[in-house]
Amino acid sequence: MQPLPSLLDYPVEVLRQQFPLLQTTMNGKPLVFLDSAASSQKPQMVLEALDHYYRYTHANVHRGVYTLSQEATEAYEQGRRIARRFLNAAHDEEVLFVRGTTEAINLVAASYGRKYLQHGNEILLSGLEHHSNIVPWQLIAEATGAQIRVVPVLDNGELDLDAYRKLLGDRTRMVAVAHVSNTLGTINPVEEIIRLAHDRGVPVLLDGAQAAPHTTIDVQALDVDFYAFSGHKVYGPTGIGILYGKKKWLEELPPYQGGGEMIAQVTFEKTTYAELPHKFEAGTPDISGAVGLGAALQFVMDAGREAIALHEARLLEYTTGNLLEIDGLRIYGTAAEKAGVVSFLVDDIHPYDMGTILDQLGIAVRTGHHCTQPLMDRFGIPGTVRASFGMYNTREDVDRLITGVRKAVRMLK
Amino acid sequence: MSIKEIQEEIIADFAFFSDWMEKYEYIIELGKSLPLINDTYKDEAHLIKGCQSRVWLHAEMDGDVVRFSADSDAIITRGIIALLIRVLSGQPPEAIGQADLYFIDRIGLKEHLSPTRANGLVSMVKQMKLYGVALAAIEK
Repeated sequence: MQPLPSLLDYPVEVLRQQFPLLQTTMNGKPLVFLDSAASSQKPQMVLEALDHYYRYTHANVHRGVYTLSQEATEAYEQGRRIARRFLNAAHDEEVLFVRGTTEAINLVAASYGRKYLQHGNEILLSGLEHHSNIVPWQLIAEATGAQIRVVPVLDNGELDLDAYRKLLGDRTRMVAVAHVSNTLGTINPVEEIIRLAHDRGVPVLLDGAQAAPHTTIDVQALDVDFYAFSGHKVYGPTGIGILYGKKKWLEELPPYQGGGEMIAQVTFEKTTYAELPHKFEAGTPDISGAVGLGAALQFVMDAGREAIALHEARLLEYTTGNLLEIDGLRIYGTAAEKAGVVSFLVDDIHPYDMGTILDQLGIAVRTGHHCTQPLMDRFGIPGTVRASFGMYNTREDVDRLITGVRKAVRMLK
Repeated sequence: MSIKEIQEEIIADFAFFSDWMEKYEYIIELGKSLPLINDTYKDEAHLIKGCQSRVWLHAEMDGDVVRFSADSDAIITRGIIALLIRVLSGQPPEAIGQADLYFIDRIGLKEHLSPTRANGLVSMVKQMKLYGVALAAIEK
């Protein structure tokens, strides 16, 4: 085995220079940004791609015969091709532009549910899901009479796979789980989850919102049926995301929204739908978003996803070790495989108080339930303080966090 | 003292602090010293839900003035509650309903009373003033 390259080999300072917002201050102190799991900052090339698109290329896509419209269409479709490479999807038309992970899951829940779910069917979720991978299923369950079943979470933040095997049954029609937990950082064993579901002929949706910034994704190797992620967590613009769906599913599913772009022929008696992917992209799409997302995904692939993952894993290890030296500090989520985030509490100090003091020190962390209330109930806590990493975070950021937490503890105890 | 006079007093107190740490240390101390709400009132009916922290509020008439007691699970929120109680508790209901709470802005704690903070404080202030308006109406 090759020795792992050292942290020093990763050009974090060079990458960091690409992010204008990281050069600013907050409350008079140089910004330490440790909330990338909520939304990452944007590199120069994404900002330039957006600016360039609106300045020189903008027109509506797919309909114009004139050159500018064709150039805009090309820029939009180039974004899709880059996203296809990012996911290693087999076909461009399996890659749909959506507003983000939330819309992606709502689309699958609504379209799949309308066609395939009936009274007595079951949808299998897990106890560590973000509300975005719970509520859309509740809506369609209510409409169809299907039931939601939940794979429990173990004390260390891993899923109980034995329980999963038992819950997978004749009534299961869909398995929808997070690839990586946004609150605990757990990397779920998605290969096994998918294999077990497929053994019973059940399709799987992965919520990849927290995986896309930190890991290499290969939807063909995973053999996953649906994969969703948001652009703004992968250094791209807000308001754009990707839903990957296997072609056989996307061809089967009814459209989610009706409108322009998604039709082949409209009469008042009957409408026929456009080919994939346009069938699922009603209305004028977020063209600049697609261009910006393409630039962001290309930036991530150029920086090297293995290198980013390794850098972040080392930061996570460094942070965890240093946090655990603080008296009374407990880490939530101690799974063997983790990515991107560390959640903690110190004694009975409320996350809001910790977050307020850290804010004064120029350190941006997230506090609260992180849109995973069932998971907080599982651990019997109101919320946590969560530090999360991006490709641009440094050991100095972590050192400032540790000093800040110690200071907050002194003030609040 | 009137609501305005108490606000001026608090603004003068805060003028002594030279940096944010002294200010927050003071708020944290206030949070620790807040007379706790009677446990029987710390229930669902008195709870003001915030996404970040939770607040319980109780109001009752004492002669012709309103007495507030409150609590929160976060100590900085409790400290700010202590200031709000200092300003509004013991005042006639009509004055509470009409109060302009400008002191929060002047002592640099405005961000804690921003709806985006979701700490329950915005709703609590609304609720306190609502008590004022309602109790004034009952008095009449």
